[in-house]
Amino acid sequence: MIDTTGSVDARTPVSLHEGLDLFERMLLIRRFEERAAQLRAEGLIPGFLHPYIGQEATAVGVCKALSVEDVLTSTHRGHGHMIARGADPARMYAELFARTGGYNRGKGGSLHMIDTALGFLGANGIVGGGIPIAGGAALQFKRTSSSAVAVTFFGDGASNEGAFHETLNLAALWKLPVLFICENNLYGEFTRQSDHMVLDNVADRAVAYGMPGVIVDGNDVLAVREVTREAVERARRGDGPTLIETKTYRHRGHFEGDMARYRPKEEVAEWMARDPLVTFPKRLSSEFSATETDLGDVRTRVESRLETAIAWAKEQEHPHPEDALDHVYVDTLEGAALQ
Amino acid sequence: MTNFSYADGVRQAIAEEMERDPAVFMIGEDVGAPGGVFGVTKGLWDQFGANRLWDTPISEEAIVGAAVGAALVGGRPIVEIMFGDFSLLAMDMIINQAAKTHYMTGGNLSVPMVVRMVTGTAGSTGAQHSQSLEAMFAHVPGLKVVAPSTAEDAKGLLKSAIRDPDPVIFFEHKGLYVGRGGPTGEVVEVAPIPFGKGKVVRKGTDLTIVSYLKTLEYAQQAAEELSAEGISCEIFDPRTLVPFDRAGLRTSLQKTGRLLIAHEAPTRGGFGAEIAAYAAEDCFELLRSPIVRVGARNTPVPYAPVMERHTLPSVSRIVEEVRKLVG
Repeated sequence: MIDTTGSVDARTPVSLHEGLDLFERMLLIRRFEERAAQLRAEGLIPGFLHPYIGQEATAVGVCKALSVEDVLTSTHRGHGHMIARGADPARMYAELFARTGGYNRGKGGSLHMIDTALGFLGANGIVGGGIPIAGGAALQFKRTSSSAVAVTFFGDGASNEGAFHETLNLAALWKLPVLFICENNLYGEFTRQSDHMVLDNVADRAVAYGMPGVIVDGNDVLAVREVTREAVERARRGDGPTLIETKTYRHRGHFEGDMARYRPKEEVAEWMARDPLVTFPKRLSSEFSATETDLGDVRTRVESRLETAIAWAKEQEHPHPEDALDHVYVDTLEGAALQ
Repeated sequence: MTNFSYADGVRQAIAEEMERDPAVFMIGEDVGAPGGVFGVTKGLWDQFGANRLWDTPISEEAIVGAAVGAALVGGRPIVEIMFGDFSLLAMDMIINQAAKTHYMTGGNLSVPMVVRMVTGTAGSTGAQHSQSLEAMFAHVPGLKVVAPSTAEDAKGLLKSAIRDPDPVIFFEHKGLYVGRGGPTGEVVEVAPIPFGKGKVVRKGTDLTIVSYLKTLEYAQQAAEELSAEGISCEIFDPRTLVPFDRAGLRTSLQKTGRLLIAHEAPTRGGFGAEIAAYAAEDCFELLRSPIVRVGARNTPVPYAPVMERHTLPSVSRIVEEVRKLVG
């Protein structure tokens, strides 16, 4: 059973190969985001960016515990979830560049990216917006006796939205196969958690809805993977949803351009020391005998993959202005009548 | 004389579509064994069981969100919003999510969902249980808006709505249920009615009245009264507001050259303003008098019957305005 009070022992045996794979996935997210910030500064990305930097262990830990049939809904800070799930950075950059080769044909941008083949039902521009939608996907899985599970990511800030509370109640009531993953990065936009809720732990809110609430170190990819696996098993068994709170930290501001001066320096320093992209490679060396060459190869592969992706994305076409009139409806009927 | 009622139309459309397509299910407050607060879906629970009718907590955002999520992964949900006013608690899911999903995903995802909204007054139902919000939804690109006025149209249009690949807001006027019994069980075969095709429900030559939902009945009574005075009204029921049958409107105005629009929603910013704009844009040369709108006065819906009658459109207000136009 899941421990509803504290951390989970993440001692499931891990091979060096697996460990390097987890590292590579986390590094891909980190470098994707750092490059995106640069490309935005260069003027290639017209819209918002909410970098996932710092939270990589949560996305990768969760996604590595899922099956291909499972679906996910995400947040405004969704690039990490998408890459962790296996999305193509080239099509993601193309979308950020607002090109037709992007995941959403340039109609969505960062906040609305999807990959239907991966069951990635979308980032979301509305805080908490993905939560009820994941509940609905889980309802459909239950109705059709599918073994699939729905996963929804959201932050500590979203746990104050009505959508969160309504959906947790509904999901517990109907024992829906859904995982609520709260990435508590300590801030709802610019507001510290202690200034937006009384409780220390979002997971404690699970009690109110009659479901397990689990707290895990969100910067420990193995621990996150472990608690997610247990929650997935529980959901697939038909025992209902779990709320998992991953304690983590975003290294940057709420969005690219926010200098995040509202955060104490000591706090930032403390969390930087727990950066999963620093701690995990160290652990790979000490516990899994990873060599400098092993880690260097990962770094080289990530850089090369991202540069290829960026080059491809830059070559994609810009949409025509009149493309804006497509996809308002699936059904075009007599186009004019719907315009 | 048929007993086939508006409620029968709605109920039969749902039942027949559930028979046809196992993906179709209903979700909403008290839609299970109770059959909804107006009893419209009574009996469906016995027929189809709990896996087709999900009786929910009072959580509109989670309800509509559940429909959106289910629709994204193969479901065909029909949401019942017990009173359309309560849809305002689910606006994020309807407007920010469902309406935009197909567009902002570049056509990769779609939300085939019907939201049934019980709309309008049933008499002293007050300001929070009587609103006519169709113009708000019609304003949002990505939504289709349907407003049936008769039992046959309710059945045929709801079938189309359930089969439609886009999110559809389906208005049902409670004044067309109340006082007419629930479903009678009398079955009338109705094929799906395509969206965007209005219907001339009364032929006439002096003026066109465009109306829908309960107000259409007032227009018909007004036309009857006026015919005794020698005024010949044509009545055009658009049946769907989005898409709107602009060609049908033009055809009617070619005969009459005058337009009055009647609906229960407040006049200011009501869908009548859009219809008036269609007429002005498409048919300016056909118009021989100003376009007149008969909607509710711009107040919340009052409780006292005398005040309610004073604010909402009525047969006598329509008659009066037509006389001014044609007289």
